[in-house]
Amino acid sequence: MRLALRGISLEIAAGECVALVGHNGSGKTTLLKIVAQLTKPSRGTLAFYSAENSVPLEEVKSLVGMVGHNTLLYEEMTAEENLIFFAKLFGLANPAELSRKALQPVGLANRASDLVRTFSRGMRQRLSIARALLASPGLLLFDEAGTGLDPEGQHWLGTTIKHLRDSGCTILMSTHGRNETQEAVTRAIRLEGGRITHDSGAGGNPNEVLVMAAVRESGEEGQQ
Amino acid sequence: MATQVQTLPTTRPAISVPSVLLMFFLLAAASYGALIWAPTENTMGIVQRIFYFHVASAWSGFISFFIVFFGSVAYLRTRAPKWDWLSVASAEVGVAFFTVVLVTGPIWAKPVWGIWWTWDARLTSSFLLWVLFVSYLVLRTLVEEPERRALVSAVFGIFAALDIPLVYFSIWWFRTQHPQPVIGDGGKLDARMGWVLLLCWAATLGVMVVLIRLRYRLEALRSEVDALRMESARSTR
Amino acid sequence: MTLARATSVILAKELRTEFRSRQLLGTTAVFVLIVIVLFSFTFNPTSTESRRFGPGLLWLAFLFAGSLMLQSSFLREQTNDTLAALRLAPIDPFSIIAGKMAANFLFLLLVEVILLPVFAVLYNVAILPVLPQLLLVLVMGTIGLAATGTVFSAVAAQARLRELLLPLLLLPVLAPVLIASTEATIGVLQDPSELSLVWLTFLACFDLIFLTAAWMVGEYLLEE
Repeated sequence: MRLALRGISLEIAAGECVALVGHNGSGKTTLLKIVAQLTKPSRGTLAFYSAENSVPLEEVKSLVGMVGHNTLLYEEMTAEENLIFFAKLFGLANPAELSRKALQPVGLANRASDLVRTFSRGMRQRLSIARALLASPGLLLFDEAGTGLDPEGQHWLGTTIKHLRDSGCTILMSTHGRNETQEAVTRAIRLEGGRITHDSGAGGNPNEVLVMAAVRESGEEGQQ
Repeated sequence: MATQVQTLPTTRPAISVPSVLLMFFLLAAASYGALIWAPTENTMGIVQRIFYFHVASAWSGFISFFIVFFGSVAYLRTRAPKWDWLSVASAEVGVAFFTVVLVTGPIWAKPVWGIWWTWDARLTSSFLLWVLFVSYLVLRTLVEEPERRALVSAVFGIFAALDIPLVYFSIWWFRTQHPQPVIGDGGKLDARMGWVLLLCWAATLGVMVVLIRLRYRLEALRSEVDALRMESARSTR
Repeated sequence: MTLARATSVILAKELRTEFRSRQLLGTTAVFVLIVIVLFSFTFNPTSTESRRFGPGLLWLAFLFAGSLMLQSSFLREQTNDTLAALRLAPIDPFSIIAGKMAANFLFLLLVEVILLPVFAVLYNVAILPVLPQLLLVLVMGTIGLAATGTVFSAVAAQARLRELLLPLLLLPVLAPVLIASTEATIGVLQDPSELSLVWLTFLACFDLIFLTAAWMVGEYLLEE
């Protein structure tokens, strides 16, 4: 069996904004999927704690929002319908109103009744983020959420992440290279071959790790 | 998805010599019993002797398919690959047995009734069972990733096995409503015939056990080779 | 979020998506129609013959159409990986399957109800006097078809050659349903009409057994 992750032992505190860096195939996506409970680890455990008490995994699900590699959106439904559907699945009250409100910050309020099929990549990404934020999650997972966004979109994403961090959200994001979305990062962890090679730690300076990782990535890309 | 490190005793042979010898002995004894010792049946003549293996194969085939059900459930609960190996081994052996049933049926029918096939209850059900588990095997060839394959096979295996009694009942009830000549009957069984039938069943059970173990072992080795291949592919990167 | 509530939300989504395009329903209905017409070339459709062979042909057409139509159930969720979005929600994974089962049941039943009068006209079979009984048989048989077909479509979605695979898996397993439904329909259509309790109970058993099996093992098919 192919192992995507080896011997990962990681503790993340509430309020941290953690960047996962590394090549494709280093295990970033797998790690995020495990935290999102989309995949079960073949060995080891995933646990969440609230003030020393462990929280059941099912309960945590309603507090997690994920923006993945894929948009996770239904093409044949409108933006509003997508959000209402997911709001209902998360058991949120007033799904219609909530959905309308959620479209505002991402600048899609005027496209609410348009099919997602007609959206550009950037718009889909923004809708995807709106969906992740619907249930006011305490934990946000971003899997290379910045790819495909134009510089303006990346800037917007960076600011959004900063706002979210400041409002107490815990963020775990996998990123590529060095970009604006990393401004709010408080901790950087580098993965290679499924193992953690560098961890700037909970109180440390993430920039060294981020710069080093970016240099390595572009160095290898240059070699190819 | 539990990772199991299987330590295979690759130096030890899969089957002990005594059990293979036992199997051959049983087969020889059963053949003697069926072909020589059992009395010739009145109406059907010598051809009737095929009935012993026909029925015995069906019974052993059933047991093989029951093992598939058992293995499938065990796999879903434990995710240990060995249950998947057991399931595929038993499915293949079961299909082999039912092939024997489907071939001996017409061989028996033609001289006795003049037709190769009738859609009588037992033969039809056997045919459907055969098709069901051939589908199971086809499904396996179409999924490449070993864990995924084991998972979907286990689910389908459970459904196929649950279907077996439903198949039998529906075909049986259909036939009682629309009667037809019955092939699967051995005619009147006198005491000696009964013994021979049991002996033949023991023989086919022996064959079943030996074949399943061999096939299980083959699957285990194949899995080990695949794992090694993947490991070496990773380390050369 | 209860199982029932999540199932109904997903059911509503499936219905809304399908009724917007009506592609699947329309194509399936036309397919059944073609089969019905083609079959008429294979024997002489006098009234008595129709009542003997017709029901079998009808159920065969439904089974074939079903095994083609049920594909899309889970294939649809592979676009943009919306299946992951469903699994992220704090709902019982079985509700995803149950919602799709219910949707497939309704779609199939709708196609059957539309084609039934067409069949009656083309083959000179009087269905109006026995309509309730016919509908009962249709419902019982279709439950088995939809339940099993939905689970197998989740199986086939993970394999190659899935267009061929689904009929290959589904048709043998549904043979008892074909027998029971056909016999029950023949009984209802004959003169005097007779509703076979044996076959109806059998169908109920089939439906119960397979629904239970789906409930117990179905969610494993959604894992990654």
